[in-house]
Amino acid sequence: MSDTATTNENLHPGMNLGYSGDAEHAEVTVFGFWTFLMSDLVTFGIVFAIFATMKDATAGGPGPAEVTNLTSIAMQTALLLGSSFAFSWASLSMKYHDIIWRTLGWLAIAATSALGFLMLELYDFYHMIKEGAVPQRSGFLSALWALVGLHGLHVAGGLLWMAAMTGQILKFGLTDQIKSRITRMGLYWHFLDLVWVGIFSMVYLAGVA
Amino acid sequence: MNFPFGRLEWSDLKPVHLFTHEFSIDNLVGSGAAWMVVIGALAVAVLLTVMGRWGWLWREWLTSVDHKKIGIMYMVLGFVMFARGVAEGMAMRAHQTTALNGGVLSEEHWAELFSTHGTIMIFFVAMPFITGFMNYLIPLQIGARDMAFPVLNQISLGLTATGAALCMISLVVGKFQIGGWTAYPPFTGSTFDPGPGPDYWIWAIALSGFGSMFSGLNFSVTIYKMRAPGMTYMRMPVFVWTALCTSILLVFALPPLTVAAFMQALDRTLGFHFFTNDLGGNMMNYANLFWMFGHPEVYILVLPAYGIFSELTSTFAAKRLYGYTSLVLATMSISVISFCVWLHHFFTMGNSATINVAFGIATGIIAIPTGVKVYVWMATLWRGRIRMTTPMIYMTGFFMLFVIGGLSGMILANPAINWQVHNTQFIVAHFHNVLLPGLLFGVFAGIHIWFPKAFGFRLHETAGQVTAILWIVGFSLTFLPLYFVGLMGYPRRSSGFEDPALLPYMYLTLFGALLIGCALLGLIATLWISIRQRDKLAVPLGDPWDGRTLEWATPAPPPPWNFAVIPHIAERDAFAREKVDGKPFVQPPDYKDIHLPRNTSAGMIMFIATTAFGFGVTWWMWWLVILSVLVVVGWFFVTSFIEHDEVTIPAAEVRRHHNAWIEAISLATPVTRDHETDSRNRGLADTDMVVAS
Ligand code: HEM
Ligand SMILES: [Cu+2]
Repeated sequence: MSDTATTNENLHPGMNLGYSGDAEHAEVTVFGFWTFLMSDLVTFGIVFAIFATMKDATAGGPGPAEVTNLTSIAMQTALLLGSSFAFSWASLSMKYHDIIWRTLGWLAIAATSALGFLMLELYDFYHMIKEGAVPQRSGFLSALWALVGLHGLHVAGGLLWMAAMTGQILKFGLTDQIKSRITRMGLYWHFLDLVWVGIFSMVYLAGVA
Repeated sequence: MNFPFGRLEWSDLKPVHLFTHEFSIDNLVGSGAAWMVVIGALAVAVLLTVMGRWGWLWREWLTSVDHKKIGIMYMVLGFVMFARGVAEGMAMRAHQTTALNGGVLSEEHWAELFSTHGTIMIFFVAMPFITGFMNYLIPLQIGARDMAFPVLNQISLGLTATGAALCMISLVVGKFQIGGWTAYPPFTGSTFDPGPGPDYWIWAIALSGFGSMFSGLNFSVTIYKMRAPGMTYMRMPVFVWTALCTSILLVFALPPLTVAAFMQALDRTLGFHFFTNDLGGNMMNYANLFWMFGHPEVYILVLPAYGIFSELTSTFAAKRLYGYTSLVLATMSISVISFCVWLHHFFTMGNSATINVAFGIATGIIAIPTGVKVYVWMATLWRGRIRMTTPMIYMTGFFMLFVIGGLSGMILANPAINWQVHNTQFIVAHFHNVLLPGLLFGVFAGIHIWFPKAFGFRLHETAGQVTAILWIVGFSLTFLPLYFVGLMGYPRRSSGFEDPALLPYMYLTLFGALLIGCALLGLIATLWISIRQRDKLAVPLGDPWDGRTLEWATPAPPPPWNFAVIPHIAERDAFAREKVDGKPFVQPPDYKDIHLPRNTSAGMIMFIATTAFGFGVTWWMWWLVILSVLVVVGWFFVTSFIEHDEVTIPAAEVRRHHNAWIEAISLATPVTRDHETDSRNRGLADTDMVVAS
């Protein structure tokens, strides 16, 4: 560990931690989380690649154009990006205010719109099932369900995490450790946005084009 | 049967087969193996109960987050699985010797053997071995007190054990898959093999894969962030460099495998079409994913062994490593290039000639940094004052044999030649030729070097030397003939042959395999003899080999906190420099309280829950699947509300421990290298080495 780590005030511009040993450890955990995200990015990258190779493997079943409901996708995109935006506000208020309700309020907005995203996604899935566009139908649909589903599962996991964070903020207040966790959660949340932008353009826009 | 046993039937219980099926050698081997697992597990349980050691096992080991103990547990896991893997190897050799127009085992049983053997040897022997070494050594060598994430480290161990446990369970309940360690669909798809075999494989691989990925994450963060002050990158011991590169590979190479396994699971369990023959499935995607992991994997395994060999040469030649920088650069180049060669595993599977050539050339290029390393080691040995003890014997065997293995790899890298010999015993010879001398010999040599550090006494030297020679000779007789068998056209993975000309080779390799069996017994005997004579072999002062890196500047075994005070590093091989300058083991001016993470049952809970999960999906016991998922998710949810607390070791206690050690050192007489292997060696070396670069 570098010698400066314990004294440098700008160690965590995004978090505003106290200057205890925890700050030093936060550096390590945040870096560890970045590493995890890199690995997760490889995972998504591979599923994207598989999707790309299976785009035409429709085996006579429904193709990209038939399974894309652009209105719903546009709304999902807005909701998910909105959720990320709200999360940024949660991070900022965590940094500048010691009022937990402010942070919690933004978190609630972020969670609600992510929940909306998931609901719409499930609704789309439901429609696809009704039209026979089930993953068992073709390689293309398998890849589509896997890619979108993997992202959806990440979002669902994130919601669970947010629920846990809400409880922890209520229990512990905005301690250094909680701040560090929220910072990591923020990384995760924005990362999922990024992945969604990929899905949005590669799967849906390219699909109907 | 349905609830609660899913598709599990009584007839799936293999031990019963001994009585319900007609007697045959095949049945005896299969059912007998199941009995051995059951009896072995019971014996361990009884032994623990009789000796009243359950509490000790739980408190001191299973719930420990000490990286040293976790490292040792990885090694134990590896050895248990190694015993099974070698037994299977010998069974296969015995079968093939009788396989002129037949053979003692059924074809399916043979296929199950090479599949479990390959899977176990790679994932549950080689991986635990190198992970064990990295766990034990990284914090000690960089001057840290633990890993960056000690609890995650324990969870990684739990997940690895899950995979191993599923393999062991498959021996008793149901059966393993028969598609080789690569488990290519559609052969392992549900149409061809609905049975539980491929499912066992999938979950053993996927769950332990998460463990490996998290190990890589943990190790790399530890190395990046937890080095002692002054230890710049270019001052790190070479082993740490190789561990860093391996960790990076683990983080990036495991996802393709995990994705492949999960897609296979979706195909098999939910009827998706990723790799099926029909409805748009594409098995080439599987081959690509598997080897995108599979090739980096061979470097994941061998790089830490290279690290061990590097430490070994400089320590036992009493010289500074020659060409440190080139070795570091070579290691980094290997890690990068290892992602660009995977296609050489399927030159024959329909790629265009251009693609084959590109990957053939890339494969050739990756041999260059490996060659650099061999020269670095040779130059280090050159004019060194070499001690020809056990580690150096392994090193010698490695030198001669590994080069042969590497050269046969170069031959295989040429697509035109590859077309001729692919899928023959030539390949079997090649990969055993790199895995045994490269990886296993490195691990065994490393055990001889670091065992005294971990347990406070050396391994018996003569027993070690005999065992090392048995390994070298046994390996050579078992596997070198297979090059010729391959050139004569005997395919890989095939249970029988028709050409009597192959028989002499079969006898020769069977003989070699028996020697390997003796070598395995030799390892056990070495351990046994050493434990019996542990007082004579004790090296409590901690530096039996005149070591150069930080871990030797601690007592043996090191205290849970590793270092009384975190050292400041001024150059590479800092401990060597201090010794040569005559001021090692200095008393620090003052001590501070030390905080260590508290024990946790996280790893065990993950182990039990994920094993139940894997078993549940395999046998369609959906209630068990749901339950185990709830346990895992619920555990993380609930414990995130508990503030993690620490154990504090008071400064006075640290001082007492440290002083006692320093005092013992001041009373001891240093031992010269000539008496390194006799009972005069108490772990204080009379330094005699070269530190100048
Ligand atoms: C110790 C003595 C060993 C013996 C006697 C032995 C023997 C064998 C035999 C007979 C096969 C089947 C060859 C065929 O396909 O025709 C095999 C396959 C294999 N062995 Fe070993 N082996 C040994 C050690 C190891 C070790 C240490 C490793 C790895 C660390 C290893 C990894 C493999 C792999 C990956 C396969 C390929 C399995 C497949 O075809 O899917 N073996 N071994
Ligand atoms: Cu390869």
